[in-house]
Amino acid sequence: MATYQLNVNGQPKQVNVDPSTPLLWVLREELKMTGTKYGCGISACGACTVHLAGEATRSCVVPISLVGNRRVTTIEGVAQDPVGRAVQNAWVENDVVQCGYCQSGQIMSVVALLKETPKPTDANIEESMGGNLCRCATYVRIREAIKRAAAQMT
Amino acid sequence: MLANHRLLFPVFLLALLVFVTCIGLSASAGNESGGKVSDPKLADGLAAWEQVYSVLTSPRCINCHTATNYPQQGDDRHRHFANVIRGPADRGVPALNCAGCHQEQNADSTGVPGGPDWHLAPLSMRWQDTNDRPLSSALVCRAVTDRSRNENMDGPALLKHHQEAALVLWAWSPGRRPDGSMRTSPPLSHTEFVDATRRWVDAGTPCPRGR
Repeated sequence: MATYQLNVNGQPKQVNVDPSTPLLWVLREELKMTGTKYGCGISACGACTVHLAGEATRSCVVPISLVGNRRVTTIEGVAQDPVGRAVQNAWVENDVVQCGYCQSGQIMSVVALLKETPKPTDANIEESMGGNLCRCATYVRIREAIKRAAAQMT
Repeated sequence: MLANHRLLFPVFLLALLVFVTCIGLSASAGNESGGKVSDPKLADGLAAWEQVYSVLTSPRCINCHTATNYPQQGDDRHRHFANVIRGPADRGVPALNCAGCHQEQNADSTGVPGGPDWHLAPLSMRWQDTNDRPLSSALVCRAVTDRSRNENMDGPALLKHHQEAALVLWAWSPGRRPDGSMRTSPPLSHTEFVDATRRWVDAGTPCPRGR
């Protein structure tokens, strides 16, 4: 076991966990922040996506020992950010969510995409969102909501 | 008898021509610069290159030296899962960057390899064709030694790259697979690889002939 100081959504947090524990389980089990979802556990589905120092990151495969002093942003903190708010609003306006399980990961990936590519093309969206799976197949609404969010950001 | 001699003479000339041609071809075969393979240093350099080539085309190295828009993974060199693509800077695309999973070091508890600035080699340094088949020894050698394609590295710089570059060194500390087993390393030890590179560089970085 080891003690780690984290910055999660701007708040200092301290956890005492095994160094090999994935960030996902630190968030869910230790900090009780269950917005970030467990999907596949092998970084193949994107449900566990959070931001590490602004980089969309699969929290299920990143041991807490490798997080370092990078700030962690989760779905619970995404509304603190103007791009995050625009994406959340677009998600509501387009009624994107069906079962919702993958959507926190989808939103975290979209925020990362729009921060680097404010006006994404369809190709940009397909490439960047290709690692986020949705078993309800809400992909068409996701694409529309991304474009709506991008338009709102201008 | 005289008629037989007349018949044999052209045959003899033809045989002599074939012999001389073969001698000439074998003397120049095996190196790009046209030197003699009978030159021990050159022969050793070419042999050393083949050792280097055996490492470069091992999965730990060649999986990220693709000619396609995606990396590979595993000893069977299958396409990287999760729809990962190369991206404009060889580091993936926004929201699906290499660094989104691959950290600065191996994550043995989750089976994800890692190293500093994890990324694909640029297309100029592709060592495969677009059907994911490794290029020949001669073609890889030409790519590696072409300073317009290799970030302007001369022989000593190539040696230093093989000695010190973080992602090169990673091949000999590739960490554990998700099932906990160790990833395979290249066929030579790092010391043997550097030694082979040094012999190849000392010989003037000769490349095999052909395609």
